[in-house]
Amino acid sequence: MLSAAAGTELAFPILSMLILVPVFGAVLVAVLSTRRPEFVKLTAVLASVFTGALSVWLTIAFERGADGFQFVSRHPWIEQWGISWYLGVDGISLFMVLLTGVLFPIVILGIDAHHKNARDEKRYLAWMLLLQAGVMGSFLSLDLFLFFIFFEIVLVPMYFLIGGWGYENRVYAATKFFLFTMLGSAFMLVSIIATAVLARDNGVGQVTFDLVVLAEQSNFAASTGRWLFFGFAVAFAVKVPIFPVHTWLPDAHTQAPTAGSVVLAGVMLKLGTYGFIRFGLYLFPEAAWWSRSLFLTLAVIGVIYAAIVATMQADLKRLVAYSSIAHLGFIVLGTFAMTTQSLTGGVLQMVSHGVSTGALFLMVGMIYERRHTRQISELRGIASVAPIFAGFFMVVMLSSIAVPGLNGFVGEFLILIGSFPTARWWTVIAATGVILAALYLLWAYQRVFHGEVDDANRSFPEIRVREVAVLAPFIAAIVFTGIYPKPILERIEPSVVALVQHVESRSNFVEPAVGIINSAADADTSDQEGN
Amino acid sequence: MPPFVGPEVAWFALSPLLVLAAGGLLLLVAGALTPQWPRGLYAAVTASVAGTAGVLAALQWSRIADDGPTTLVAGAMSYDAFAQFLTITIAIALILVVMITDEDLRNSDADGPEVYGLYLMAATGGVIMAAANDLIVLFLGLEALSLALYVLAASARKRSDSQESGLKYFVLGGFSSAFFLYGIALIYGGTGSTNIGGIISSLQSSVTTGGDNALVLAGIALLLVGLGFKVAAVPFHVWTPDVYQGAPTPVTAFMASVGKAAAFAAIVRVLIVALPFYREDWRPAIWVLAVLSLVVGSALAVVQTNVKRMLAYSSISHAGFLLVAIEAAGHRAGESDPGTGVVALVIYLLAYSVLVIGTFGVVTVVGRNTSGDVTLDAFKGLSTRRPALALALTVFLFAQAGVPFTSGFVAKFGVIQAAVEERSYAIAIIAMVAAVIAAFLYLRIMVSVWLSGSTETSSDNSAEATDGSPDRTLQIPVAAGLAIGAAAIFTVAVGILPGWLISTAEAVTTFAR
Repeated sequence: MLSAAAGTELAFPILSMLILVPVFGAVLVAVLSTRRPEFVKLTAVLASVFTGALSVWLTIAFERGADGFQFVSRHPWIEQWGISWYLGVDGISLFMVLLTGVLFPIVILGIDAHHKNARDEKRYLAWMLLLQAGVMGSFLSLDLFLFFIFFEIVLVPMYFLIGGWGYENRVYAATKFFLFTMLGSAFMLVSIIATAVLARDNGVGQVTFDLVVLAEQSNFAASTGRWLFFGFAVAFAVKVPIFPVHTWLPDAHTQAPTAGSVVLAGVMLKLGTYGFIRFGLYLFPEAAWWSRSLFLTLAVIGVIYAAIVATMQADLKRLVAYSSIAHLGFIVLGTFAMTTQSLTGGVLQMVSHGVSTGALFLMVGMIYERRHTRQISELRGIASVAPIFAGFFMVVMLSSIAVPGLNGFVGEFLILIGSFPTARWWTVIAATGVILAALYLLWAYQRVFHGEVDDANRSFPEIRVREVAVLAPFIAAIVFTGIYPKPILERIEPSVVALVQHVESRSNFVEPAVGIINSAADADTSDQEGN
Repeated sequence: MPPFVGPEVAWFALSPLLVLAAGGLLLLVAGALTPQWPRGLYAAVTASVAGTAGVLAALQWSRIADDGPTTLVAGAMSYDAFAQFLTITIAIALILVVMITDEDLRNSDADGPEVYGLYLMAATGGVIMAAANDLIVLFLGLEALSLALYVLAASARKRSDSQESGLKYFVLGGFSSAFFLYGIALIYGGTGSTNIGGIISSLQSSVTTGGDNALVLAGIALLLVGLGFKVAAVPFHVWTPDVYQGAPTPVTAFMASVGKAAAFAAIVRVLIVALPFYREDWRPAIWVLAVLSLVVGSALAVVQTNVKRMLAYSSISHAGFLLVAIEAAGHRAGESDPGTGVVALVIYLLAYSVLVIGTFGVVTVVGRNTSGDVTLDAFKGLSTRRPALALALTVFLFAQAGVPFTSGFVAKFGVIQAAVEERSYAIAIIAMVAAVIAAFLYLRIMVSVWLSGSTETSSDNSAEATDGSPDRTLQIPVAAGLAIGAAAIFTVAVGILPGWLISTAEAVTTFAR
């Protein structure tokens, strides 16, 4: 079972450093003098690159085939309330940590946010680093209180990034983002406290916010567990976002600066889907199983509805934002189908979506830099004046459509094939979403890049070396994951298998035996053990 | 007829109270008899008196921990950790308020001993309320606090809205004091005593005989009206926005911190200590007051344009949060395991006092050039003019909104936890949703501070030395700056390491009676 003891030990607390390095970086950036802006920028870059390097090292040192939490770091914090600084990483969170570690240095180095002065830039960098620390902390926390703190604190830097460096309606979008997410968190906080308090009387014996202890030892009555689960689910549903509470996302994405959009799509939205898996399924398997129809339905509605709305968008960035909602619907589908394959696909798709949508937002940002518009109708025939740029866009877009051979395909395929046995009709409807994705993205591509080039677009500059350098890691990840997902899947799968067993042991859910489809990862893992 | 024998007085145990009262009187007398003191001396004397009182209260702590709580002056005053904790809270708040008052008074050529003397008298009243073990003593404390506050609200003699504020507060406050006094009379009628110990023993005997006492119930209702007015709970809140707006800003800070802390201490003394036998009767009333305060306070705060009015409504919302703690404590009032409601309450009071003074401190500094009328526009571009001040204000506002890593979050978490412990889920969720509504208000202020008006400044990379806009130089007075800085550091420090505060506060649940 998932236990905290298993796993590799390093000589230094790598997980705590993943959080604290960007925090110290942010503090340093904030106190450094604006008279030497290059030092400020250098500090920020060093802090984020160091964090990124740590996360890469973490991924390499991560023990494959182990299902428990690794690199566990635990210190009492507020003992009176049973709260500790409790971090750990397993296959479900590993790649989100890696993505968080790598995405921020790229964004900080690669995107020019057009600062008015040195002080402006300093603030921007400090907020970015704090955001990195907050997102990192959310993915690493194994204490409910600690998780809530990080989950909530990321709102602050994101609020200022959208509000301070966004586009024309930025203050409205930032406020909407902050309040929507905070409203969801309000329910989650009550639920977290109630979980700890009620667990004391139902098997745990003391008030603790320790995720593993709560999940393994508590035995809530079914009705209690369902109420508690819904408190969590509201917060995660807003964050994902799931269909009826998604309205903040298009605004936030459209108004956010490019860096904000990339981070939002790349890692922050995953806090919702990650939360469903880590806290929803793990803590309340019975409730998650009981309420799956609701979430599967909302997920499928999200897939189809967001795809249709995306098709109709006149604003390219808004289109990508809606495509985000559609893709995240797939992940929710995979989560609540609850099979090993669908969950593995969901976890992989979290990473894949972060990479491909992040890259899409980057390129939309590049288009805006050049033309100062996001309107599809004002862009035309760019492929003829900037063919390489169009080529890059094509690869990223195809990855988002989930074309075989690119990363989007692996995750979506695993989700669909894994969901089919337990959520048949939902899967059938959701599969049409794949076609819709091809429709809206290809149509948008056709309108923007093909056709007669007009005067305004004739001077569209070709892609620059720096931009290629920024996009290269994304393209590499897209192609690598698409062709050779094994190193990723074999790290994800053991934790997912353990989670599914946990769900099975505590609910009526029985994972159907999958005879015909044995994923490549299974075969590969057994190879690995043979060696 | 036996000769009158004065009760035994434990001088050292009463010393925090005596220092405050004596300091106030001496300051008034000496100040009246001597010419104008050097700048800052009135404030320094007041702050050191408050500091002495706080240290003396802290010195009582270990004695109470060793010997257990007891009563003083023939049962009139209680000598327990709750009283000392509140005394320390009031002392800290008083020091911070004095520091932001100093420059504000000199700025309007009104430096003198009067305001400081009144502060000390009001603080004395607050300490008496926190330590009262007799309803009459409680009333004396309430009046000492209130009368000083009426005058303080009107102390900006040149401004008519300050006069209006003082008069409004006086008329309505006098009315509520009458309710309170009538409530005491009815309780006396029902139980035959005004002493809290006497009330409890009287109720103990009557409860065991199964009697229900209409006089006591009516008395509780009237006491709730009087106390509800003092803590500014909806529907007794209507005075708050006008008084908060009209009063000089440091006085507003004093009302929001010391006034609130003392009034909530009185609620604890009356409801939880004296009337636990009627907890099933008064708890629903507290529930309604809490929900109304949370919802109305948050909702009306959002539509204001004057920052002091916003903060007035937000203080109503905070009063709602504090009432949630009272409601939680009410589930097990009087039992040997009293739950965590009162602990959450005192932590909230201390955290809120510090951060609300910090907030009003920033408002005082920003409002210096606008003759006390502070609209949102006054905060525009503060981040470019005074980044450190803007950062401190951001800390305070996020703390008020309950964002993690601030004392406000710890306080709110404690209250919600206390409510959830007692299975009061509905009120916990209402409180959290109200906090989100209120967050919109804090975001509005932050938008002004950070996100607008930054274009008007010319590009100045060496901005710390000279302000960007020459016409509106915003100097931060040293004392006020120190107070704001200390409050901000406290707010963040408690947010990150709240353990020591929680374990200290856990001692307050054993009351003397």
